[in-house]
Amino acid sequence: MMLSRPYALAGAAFLACVPLVLPSYYVSVATQILIFSVLTMSIDVLAGFTGRTPLCFGAIFGTSAYVVLYTFSVFGWPWPLAMICGVLGASLLALLFAALAVRTSGVYFLLLTLALGLIVWGICLRWTPVTGGENGLRTELRQSLGLSARGLYACVALVVGVVTFAMWRFVRSPFGLTLRGIKEGEGRMASLGYDVPLHLTIAFTAAGFFAGIAGVLYAVFNDFVSPSTVQLAQSVSGLLMAIVGGIGTLFGGFVGAFVIIALEQAVSSVTERWPMVLGLTFIAIMIFAPEGVIGKARLLLTKSHNIDPDGVGR
Amino acid sequence: MPEAILALTDITVQFGALKAVNQVSLSLMAGERRAVLGPNGAGKTTLFNAITGAIFPNAGRVMWEGGEITRMSPQRRAHRGVARTFQITNLFGQLSVAENMRLAARGLSASKFALFGQDRLSAAQSAQVAAALAMSGLAGQEAVIVKTMSYGEQRQLEVAMALVGTPRLLLLDEPAAGLSPSERGRLAEIIRNLPRDLTLVLIEHDMDLALALVDSVTVMQNGQVIVEASPSEIRTNALVQDVYLGKPHEVRLSDAPTY
Repeated sequence: MMLSRPYALAGAAFLACVPLVLPSYYVSVATQILIFSVLTMSIDVLAGFTGRTPLCFGAIFGTSAYVVLYTFSVFGWPWPLAMICGVLGASLLALLFAALAVRTSGVYFLLLTLALGLIVWGICLRWTPVTGGENGLRTELRQSLGLSARGLYACVALVVGVVTFAMWRFVRSPFGLTLRGIKEGEGRMASLGYDVPLHLTIAFTAAGFFAGIAGVLYAVFNDFVSPSTVQLAQSVSGLLMAIVGGIGTLFGGFVGAFVIIALEQAVSSVTERWPMVLGLTFIAIMIFAPEGVIGKARLLLTKSHNIDPDGVGR
Repeated sequence: MPEAILALTDITVQFGALKAVNQVSLSLMAGERRAVLGPNGAGKTTLFNAITGAIFPNAGRVMWEGGEITRMSPQRRAHRGVARTFQITNLFGQLSVAENMRLAARGLSASKFALFGQDRLSAAQSAQVAAALAMSGLAGQEAVIVKTMSYGEQRQLEVAMALVGTPRLLLLDEPAAGLSPSERGRLAEIIRNLPRDLTLVLIEHDMDLALALVDSVTVMQNGQVIVEASPSEIRTNALVQDVYLGKPHEVRLSDAPTY
């Protein structure tokens, strides 16, 4: 189910060394990859473990960034308080979305969460006195923290490490097992005594909490937030990263975020048709590795050990 | 006369114009084992669903241990000691036997809400799981991924999962459907050896299997109860032979199992 411990430790060590060897522009790209890895893993908690695929996590992530930058710049609150408010705001928004959406599943869940995300985008676009409308909010949060690119990377890496560990514990906990049970059979879970909507609400809110942390990091990293941060494309690209890395693998989030963001950087220097390249990449993934990079690797590993991953059936 | 532990009164379930179950009353004593028989479309499964809470009846009452549960959700019934198996096996196929059992064991306890804890059972829960697996003939199979098991073993796991919460009422929905004769024999043995204080309702197509396992039989046809009697009376009841089998019981194959 999960990557084994040595792989995880090797990955963490590698990520910690990145700023020592890369020029600062690439350190900034690496920081972005780490931030979006958290967003991607938070989406995977829902999509991969409960089987409910959300299309509103860009909105939850962006709301956190809005709250941080607004409370910091307009209210003049100290940054730790602004960050806590950002995470709380995202969690509350996720709780509200969950209350509205968890009784649906499949394509209805997808569409309902899409609509909820669009409402957030609409509010951010039109509520100009607060959100700044299309101009967005610009602050000097990062400057006031006095962080260089490498310093910021170190802070982000530390937070991402802790959050990743928390998410890993979350999906491997007794509660995480109930989510996998719900994915496999809701009716059975109810007859075993589980309140399925309650479990989904908790999972959704927890995923929103994690996405909120990603939003806080993004607020610091970017010092700017606008409606494009909460728009549908953000939710979709987060989901694409989760699929590219491998749905239900959790750590695939790092791979997915790396592949998509690195590809975007590489392609943008050559052509302006990034969305087209993204589309083609996604099609290729769906055809050749629908289980994602990590899922595919795991499949190849089990095959090489001569175990039939699909089982013998009945 | 002692009070019934499970009492259905005038249960009616309607799907559009069709009365799938029409004013059915049924009562079971504590520890009684009852089979509900009948041809396809007789309303057995619908009646079963009204007891488990998968559907709510349009009219009538379901009483369990003295309290009304007519419109209570399945998960709340589970907390009152009602467990069921499913006709179409819908176990958690991607998970191991141990994980399936962990989910079954935690369904009725608060430990299912441990958000960051270790995924281990308490000593008491582990003992319950071990006992349920032993009773279902699956001891030692904990690591097996469920979808790789044989159909018969999946049926056994169905029973094990229903047993782990130590229910007081167990509803078995065609537990032997689709099993080979030897698998049927094993399953019959498992059901026969269940604790005697467990009240049991069994829906089954295989009449010989059902009659060998129960104390009393309810025969349904067109949504109504037509006969309620002991297994030995059912074997000789002409009406049952007529509606249920359409013809007298024929010559048995020489290798047919005895239950």
